[in-house]
Amino acid sequence: MKRAGFTTRWLPILLLLPQLLIIAVFFYWPAVHAVQSSFFLQDPFGFGSSFVGLDNYRDLAGSGEYIKIARFTLLFTVLVTFFSLGLALLLAVKADNVIRGARSYRTLLMWVYAVAPPVAGFIGLLMFNQSWGPLTEMARAIGWDFKLGVNFNDTATAMVIVSVWKQVPVNFIFFLSGLQSIPKSVREAALIDNRSAVGRFWDVTFPLLAPTGFFLLIINITYALFDTFGIIDTLVKGEPGNNPMTLVYKVYVDGFRGNDLGGSSAQSVVLMVLVLALTVFQFRLIERRIHYT
Amino acid sequence: MAQISLQNLRKIYPNGFEAVQPTNFDIADGEFVVLVGPSGCGKSTLLRMVAGLEDITEGSLSINGRQVNNVDPADRDIAMVFQNYALYPHMTVRKNIGYGLKNRKTAPAEIEAKVQEAAKMLNLVEYLDRKPSQLSGGQRQRVAMGRAVVRDPALFLFDEPLSNLDAKLRHQMRIEIKSLQRRLGVTSIYVTHDQVEAMTMADRIIVLNGGQIEQIGTPAEIYHAPASTFVASFMGAPPMNLVEGRLDTGQVMIGDGIALGNAEGTGPVTVGIRPEDVELNDQGSLMFTVDLVEELGAHRLLHGRLAGQPFTVHVGKEVVVGAGDAAVNIKPDSIRLFDVETGAAR
Amino acid sequence: MTDISQDPHATPARRIKWGRVLDHAILIVGSLFMLIPLLVVLQTTTTTDIETIKNGPELLIGTQFDDNFMKAMFKASGFSGENTGTSMLINSMILGLGFALGKIVIGMMAAYALVYFRLRFATFAFWLIFTTLLLPLEVRILPSYEIAQKLSLLNTYTGLIVPLIASATATFFFRQYFRSVPEELVEAARIDGAGPVKFFIDILVPLSQTMIAAMFIIMFVFGWNQYLWPTMVTTEEGMYTLVRGIKQLTQDLEGTNIPEYGRANMLALIAILPPVAVVIFFQSWFVKGLTESDK
Repeated sequence: MKRAGFTTRWLPILLLLPQLLIIAVFFYWPAVHAVQSSFFLQDPFGFGSSFVGLDNYRDLAGSGEYIKIARFTLLFTVLVTFFSLGLALLLAVKADNVIRGARSYRTLLMWVYAVAPPVAGFIGLLMFNQSWGPLTEMARAIGWDFKLGVNFNDTATAMVIVSVWKQVPVNFIFFLSGLQSIPKSVREAALIDNRSAVGRFWDVTFPLLAPTGFFLLIINITYALFDTFGIIDTLVKGEPGNNPMTLVYKVYVDGFRGNDLGGSSAQSVVLMVLVLALTVFQFRLIERRIHYT
Repeated sequence: MAQISLQNLRKIYPNGFEAVQPTNFDIADGEFVVLVGPSGCGKSTLLRMVAGLEDITEGSLSINGRQVNNVDPADRDIAMVFQNYALYPHMTVRKNIGYGLKNRKTAPAEIEAKVQEAAKMLNLVEYLDRKPSQLSGGQRQRVAMGRAVVRDPALFLFDEPLSNLDAKLRHQMRIEIKSLQRRLGVTSIYVTHDQVEAMTMADRIIVLNGGQIEQIGTPAEIYHAPASTFVASFMGAPPMNLVEGRLDTGQVMIGDGIALGNAEGTGPVTVGIRPEDVELNDQGSLMFTVDLVEELGAHRLLHGRLAGQPFTVHVGKEVVVGAGDAAVNIKPDSIRLFDVETGAAR
Repeated sequence: MTDISQDPHATPARRIKWGRVLDHAILIVGSLFMLIPLLVVLQTTTTTDIETIKNGPELLIGTQFDDNFMKAMFKASGFSGENTGTSMLINSMILGLGFALGKIVIGMMAAYALVYFRLRFATFAFWLIFTTLLLPLEVRILPSYEIAQKLSLLNTYTGLIVPLIASATATFFFRQYFRSVPEELVEAARIDGAGPVKFFIDILVPLSQTMIAAMFIIMFVFGWNQYLWPTMVTTEEGMYTLVRGIKQLTQDLEGTNIPEYGRANMLALIAILPPVAVVIFFQSWFVKGLTESDK
């Protein structure tokens, strides 16, 4: 708050009202509802529901399928985060180095940010088309008979590749702006102190980028967990079958298709706890970031 | 035109910190008063209470006999110049200066005339259509002045208006502000931490420390008769020398029985001597050890020790002296005495 | 005798810097990795469906672009015949613009109240609002759907847009920005006789122009690209957005009829183009808005 804030009574309340109203109806109500219905068992024919306590959670913990999906989600998240951060860092460092064509490279490397995840998935379908997809043909050239939507591992690979393709631009933008905010004098000091470019990168540039990197780590984990929904839904053409899926996709499938509201709500609550933990972790990191700047 | 009266004005922040202890003073019509003190002494809080930007916890503030404690800043008939100028970055100089008039529903033709007049006074006519970002620091400062002048207020408030300028420009603006205030005859309160500004601009200086007034007086009074060791060391560059001494048999003594002059009383005392009140004199009765000579062109500062205590002497450029011992005399009647416990003058 | 003048190292200015070449090589490969999928889509919008089914993407530009464009914009694939490209484009625009506008207006108002007013319950309101940053829509999607159903918001623009606004990203962003505006500005304005409404309209909004533009771009792209919520809340084909329509396109390609690659890929292209154009044209604003939002 500003030290000389206005003292008008009714105006701030009026200003806050739309925001508070919307989040009350579309945030707190559904969130509470989700927690509530995770303790109930919905009658499959829609005749009310009965309180079952923690049964829905117990079912989750005991479900081999759920554990399997959780494991896949973990692996998927690690791979997507690692590759999209790594590639973006490499490209950002190179884009920061060059002078000629810097603007063109920047544009070419960031436009995919604006592509919607399901559209990215749709493009993935073309690239991995069974009969003529360019990437299927490349795989074939090295003796890999790539079968999207049929083979579990192949489908998972496609999901990772498309998700990385979609996520590299965000990371690239942040890394590049992080690099460009390193003061010129620091770079010049490093230039005098260290002859090797690789040494300069690991000793000076990388530590100074670390805050950006930590921030992006959280962003990427959240992305892999939630925002990849559109990519996965399109790549499996809305028919999960035996295909790999993530935890969020499972919430959708069970709740919307399977009508298992209680189970789906319990899964939602598990995800909420996960996100909360991530956010707390992120706030800790932000506090640490202040030391740097 | 206005006279201002502060009666037991007090500020306590919600966290319990007492920024300004109950304060009393009056400002006469047309007077230029400078509030000076180190950062955190409460001078800005005091000014902001007068402006109405800060709530008054206790006491009464009146302008021309009207109590204005709960009057909105816009209705106090004041104008304020801020440290960072607070110009509206998206408005031209013309709109910046005229914004206050526009909000008072002044006719556009009249606004234009007044803006022109203010711009002429401040040499801003050719910059009227520029944005603040296209101006130099000194020009922005003038625009801030123009915004205050154009409203023809009863009271000018200045909150460290020169501290963002370089030394040369600060000197120039100091003179401009002072002469403008003389010409317009508007009562002014000016806050600064710079004692040179306070000395050169003020009709009357109020020295603040730790939320309370240390001394009120003309620049000459403050300089020659500081009310406390705080004022003595805060006002004047270099500051007044403060030496541990004692009173004994009607004499002021320092070191091993060196007598400086006559004074009643007994016991320890702090002795204050301005650096320019000491003269080098071969027949001098005191021995001053020079450690370092600071060359300042028009004059020199000799830093060293007197009776084993740090001491500075101010000499003219014609006095040539190197490191080593020198005999000195202290001008009679220039010695100030302060209480060792309270620091108050005695 | 060796001819010294032929030594390539004699003039360092002409020496090829292999490090630079490698930098460019990596950047070019990276750019191609991003670009080639788009070129594949683009190529298949210029050929007939039969051609694509037989040969897939090729290195030639066909003549069917106009034809495919007409099919995409005016032909429907569903039962009702309402989900033409034109209608989906209009719906996407409404979602993108409505979302961005709603988010900015509501966010700025709330942020203004939180930063510039002395409010008794300011801290409480702050936490109430900023807790929404913690939970993305995806984890509360089903109950949100039920509530939209209860309020009979299914298949309405309100139901499409408003629940998406129920998070505080814009509010948080504007709060950060307002806090960085010098304190003295509001003080000067108060002495100049401006009340809270006047200060907001005369000073704060014009001052925030760049920030508003940056926010608008980010929010427009975000709204346009929404998928899960539109999928759930719109079931009438006349309400489909382009991104929502993608699902139907993929299912069409699986169908028993001849897959309409030309039309489908053209629609994908139309779904990509507006947000990409916005991001490219307003690049510097967009980058500023994105990278400053995390501070």
